[in-house]
Amino acid sequence: MTISGEIWQAFIVCISAIFTQNILLSYFLGLCSFLSVSREVKASVGLGLAVTFVMATTTLLNWVAYHYILVPLGLEFFRFILFIIIIAAFVQFVEMAIDRYSPPLYYALGVFLPLITVNCAILGGSLFMIIRDYSFIVTSGYGLGSGIGWLLAILAMAGIRQRLVNERIPRGLQGPGITLIIAGMMALAFIGFSGVLQGR
Amino acid sequence: MSPNINKSGSKKIIVEGLWSNNPIFKQVLGICSTLAVTNLVLNTIVMCAALVFTLALSSATVSILRKLTPRNIRMMVETLIIAFYVIIVDVILKAYWPEMSSNLGPYVGLIITNCIVMGRCEAYGISQPPIPAFLDGFVNALGYSYILLIIAVFRELMGMGTLLGYPMPYFSGPNWDKWIILAMPPGAFFMLAVVTWIFRSIQFSREEKGK
Repeated sequence: MTISGEIWQAFIVCISAIFTQNILLSYFLGLCSFLSVSREVKASVGLGLAVTFVMATTTLLNWVAYHYILVPLGLEFFRFILFIIIIAAFVQFVEMAIDRYSPPLYYALGVFLPLITVNCAILGGSLFMIIRDYSFIVTSGYGLGSGIGWLLAILAMAGIRQRLVNERIPRGLQGPGITLIIAGMMALAFIGFSGVLQGR
Repeated sequence: MSPNINKSGSKKIIVEGLWSNNPIFKQVLGICSTLAVTNLVLNTIVMCAALVFTLALSSATVSILRKLTPRNIRMMVETLIIAFYVIIVDVILKAYWPEMSSNLGPYVGLIITNCIVMGRCEAYGISQPPIPAFLDGFVNALGYSYILLIIAVFRELMGMGTLLGYPMPYFSGPNWDKWIILAMPPGAFFMLAVVTWIFRSIQFSREEKGK
């Protein structure tokens, strides 16, 4: 495939990762932190941005590591451990770097970075990119799109949950229950986007 | 708790894992990687078996190595132990049941980041002897599995009219309008919410009666 064709495909993959195949709402990845952090808008933005950044970069790092280290050595089954180590090391590195060079950014995002290592969405993004056999350029679009999709979902949820504070909800449904119902409705709304990219 | 496992101790672990501290409706942990495969009962069974295996053995292993593990890198060591067992599951599935392996896609690998596995290792395995740790992991995984199986049965039966791939008498007939929505991703959210609601309400009403 030509370079321009790949870039166009990367764009399509990016848009579909944001809307039609949202990593949170149709693949259920990153639900744990989604349920616990979406109480406040501010924290959600911080975590969402951190996820977007880490997702976009680690999918590329993992692509390189997989195709240039594991495939030549025939060690594909080893990818889980390698990916986890790369993600953890990268997150640690970023945390140190922004602590040193940009304290305001550290206060905004720093607390969320350690949480990200165990966020299933990050590892999930890397595994999906291997299974679907994306090229390097397409992977860049996929990583960015998945991160933005996650940010969008948690932001929308935080906005809705702030409105729910004063509502009277049955006792058994409070907390996770009502959040899941809202997430289901959001997933339903996002299904409406699937017509946009039909036939791709 | 005493180091050698006694009867009341193990009974307490079992009750907590299955009911009073159930991973799904009480702790709301680790639904990420497994909820996605609940559209078919068979996938769910395989996935839950993988989870039971991983959680029980990695909790026991963490517990065996707990005195050798330096405190500040314990998370990394736990992750590597979990990844080790997940790789075993993945390789076995690929070798003996390739269709199932491709059906489950990346979700087997995602057991590594499933919060419940890490959560149990961190909460129990790291501080308790191996046998109770094994039991705790096993029971928590079971408590997790039966909720997911309930969800999967309803989703497959009402969404597609089948159970384990076989058409069911009433639900696959013309009188049953299939609830396609349950077979799609939003259905998983709704089912989980309803199950959480029911179980939590039962727990609350029991607590009130107990007082």
